[in-house]
Amino acid sequence: MLRFMIRRALSLIPTIFLIITFSFIIIRVAPGGPFASEKQLPPEILAHVQKRYHLDESVPRQYVRYLGDFVRGDLGPSFRYKDFSVNELIGYALPPSMLIGALALLLSVVVGIGAGVISALRQNSWIDYGAMSLAVIGISVPLFVIGPVLKLGLALDHHWLPTSGWLGGRSGWLVLVMPVLTLALPYMAGIARLTRASVLEVLRADYIRTARAKGLTETVVVLRHVLKGALLPVVSYLGPAFAGIITGTVVVETIFAIPGMGRLSIQAAINRDYTLIMGDVIVFSVILVVMNFVVDLCYGFLDPRISYS
Amino acid sequence: MCFRRNGSKKQKAERSTINGKPESQSGRSLIAIGGPILALLAALALPLAAQDFVFNNGTEPQSLDPALITGIPESRISYALFEGLTVNDAQTGLPVPGLASSWTVSRDLRTYTFTLRDTTWSDGTPLTAQDVVDAWLRVLNPKTASQYAYLLGDNIAGADAFLKGQGPADHVQIHAPDRHTFVVTFVGPLPYALAMLAHNAFMVTPTFAVNRFGPGEWTKPAHFIGNGPYVLKTWRPQDQIVVVKNPRYWDAANIKLHTITYLTIEDQNVAFDKYRAGEIDYVPDDSIPVGRIDEIRLRKDYHHQPSSSIYYYTFNVTRKPFDDVRVRKALSMAVNREELVRQVLKAGDVATAGFVPPMGGFATTRGNGFDPDQARRLLAQAGYPGGRGFPKITFTYNTSARHKLVCEWVQQQWQSILGIDMDLHNLEWNTFLDTKQKTHDFQIARAGWVADYLDPSNYLDMFKSRAGNNDGLYSNKRYDALLGRAATMPAGPARNQVLEQAEDILVTQDQAVIPFFFYVTRFILDDRKWGGICLNTIDIHQPRWWYPK
Repeated sequence: MLRFMIRRALSLIPTIFLIITFSFIIIRVAPGGPFASEKQLPPEILAHVQKRYHLDESVPRQYVRYLGDFVRGDLGPSFRYKDFSVNELIGYALPPSMLIGALALLLSVVVGIGAGVISALRQNSWIDYGAMSLAVIGISVPLFVIGPVLKLGLALDHHWLPTSGWLGGRSGWLVLVMPVLTLALPYMAGIARLTRASVLEVLRADYIRTARAKGLTETVVVLRHVLKGALLPVVSYLGPAFAGIITGTVVVETIFAIPGMGRLSIQAAINRDYTLIMGDVIVFSVILVVMNFVVDLCYGFLDPRISYS
Repeated sequence: MCFRRNGSKKQKAERSTINGKPESQSGRSLIAIGGPILALLAALALPLAAQDFVFNNGTEPQSLDPALITGIPESRISYALFEGLTVNDAQTGLPVPGLASSWTVSRDLRTYTFTLRDTTWSDGTPLTAQDVVDAWLRVLNPKTASQYAYLLGDNIAGADAFLKGQGPADHVQIHAPDRHTFVVTFVGPLPYALAMLAHNAFMVTPTFAVNRFGPGEWTKPAHFIGNGPYVLKTWRPQDQIVVVKNPRYWDAANIKLHTITYLTIEDQNVAFDKYRAGEIDYVPDDSIPVGRIDEIRLRKDYHHQPSSSIYYYTFNVTRKPFDDVRVRKALSMAVNREELVRQVLKAGDVATAGFVPPMGGFATTRGNGFDPDQARRLLAQAGYPGGRGFPKITFTYNTSARHKLVCEWVQQQWQSILGIDMDLHNLEWNTFLDTKQKTHDFQIARAGWVADYLDPSNYLDMFKSRAGNNDGLYSNKRYDALLGRAATMPAGPARNQVLEQAEDILVTQDQAVIPFFFYVTRFILDDRKWGGICLNTIDIHQPRWWYPK
């Protein structure tokens, strides 16, 4: 188990290295630069600006310089936001995205698994049909529709909730309600459908029949045996979903003006903020790779047939 | 009214955070839990006068250092935190005394002697004329890499050499003979000198603090020192910047707001919804959603007035078929600009075939306005009767709903009047700039110009041969000569005449560009509640003048 973990952790290094290299090249191929503006800079001033950010050096040298700083944990200064380093900006943007994402995922896991299990146990009942119809809506209606519709109903037609904003403002934690709900809906629906299908399959498995034949009560069968087996596909869905959801979603962050990673990344790309784009890409990829690793570990716990020794 | 009710609620909650609580995590959660209770207590304890102003400032500022900023959201914050020798008047936008209480001008109109107010920085350090010298030298210092340093370099005697690293700092003609006297000598009798001095590049920044904390650190709330009507309290990237009244400001007695909160919301619809729900007090020009203008222009709190910004198309005059002036004129005469602003844009923009907005006695040229018959004749003379044989042309613009609306309409006009086919090619902003400025790889492109200061030369200088912003590669020796002459003349009718001649060459004779309209400046604000924010042609609204009613 430990060897497996170390091996996986080490395999992160070449992955990250490749991601850095590719991003570094792609960003510099894009037309336009970080200091382009409608009012052009006089060449001598542009030269000073570029010198300050080492853009006057050759690309390979910039690359080596970047790698050196990266190894020391320094993602460099932001080209656009001159008063902040990339580390600082990500330090500000990651917590809001993680909070919204974690709450949304928690909500979708609780509601999604609950609805999925109940639907499967009461297959073809009105509860099943109702829950699954809602799930189809949740999956198919995009975030940029759900968000504004919620906003229209809850914040504009009735002033129950603030339209947008973040903690530390005048509305307190109420700002969390709509973004969490919006973000959770599609995940909730996905998890519900996945759980239902998976539970139905497990219910027909031999070991469940054995469990029932042993005379176990239905509650024990469902909680101890069915759920454990049925959650495998849900867990593999949750790994990437968790990575995706906590690193921020542009749509929800834009609609609800959340100071998170999604908006930061979009602005970085628009502004050709080379170092900030790199920083975002690195954070995203590290979280994604780590989450996949965690999922692998969970498999070993949930499925006795999988062993890492 | 819904936003009134909510307006008072917001003010109470905000108050509870201002009076003492640090912006710590515990403070935040306390507010979160006890928000309604605190709000209620605050409402009982405090009078209801709203003194906390909240509005959307648009994108996250690049910096709070006035020497480094280039954008409008940044400048809006700089007006709260710093002050230059002059400031812009709320109603006229014209320069009025700021840090300088008065000034005298030498007989050759080149040397200005300013008398500074007896005041201090926000930390209590006395503010002297030497601080002004140091601040301007910092902008000019090549190491600062200020993008607006050329404003000082082009206009102050001896500054250009220092900026380019070819001359020493003490040759720059700025001096502090005593604590309250500041003297500057310009390269010529600049008629726009006082207006220019209100620009953020000329603001006075605390060089001692920059040196002590270093660039990027001195602008953080913990270290911040300024001389403006407000000081920095909170800066949370992508979320908000809060400034509070500076009790040491020289005119603090007349500063009526306690705090101003600058929100960072890029999406205009989100900002406007926030206003509709009563969560913010003011939606500036750049936060108004264009797509909802039909709904917005009916509102009582929507205010608009023509501004000094111009919307135009620029030709690459070196490319066929636009190297032929008859073709360029034909295209200009084949657009009915009145119809564009009235029926398509509907925002109140002012149609124009001239380029420089009227200002200070300068009269805009009539240019080549709508004349479809003459347009067809010119096109035929150029060898394309009825558009036959005219090559397929491409129009390049940066992605935006408004630009798309305009160019689709223009495309249709040129097709129906001249029989010309045009492809529309939209590019993302940075790619667009690259295409237009660096490679000049375009035929016709969208362009716009917002004045740095109100003077016709600020519009015309960019079309001088080989000028930095001359994207269309236009070149005319007589035009260059006229502008060169205007630069040495004092303000007045004679200079205006020279500039009018130049504008006439640019648009009427050579049609280097197709002007469409002067933008309107507009904002949404309940003026029964707030005062001091007025429409003015340069669209600069300094927080110093803002007050609750």
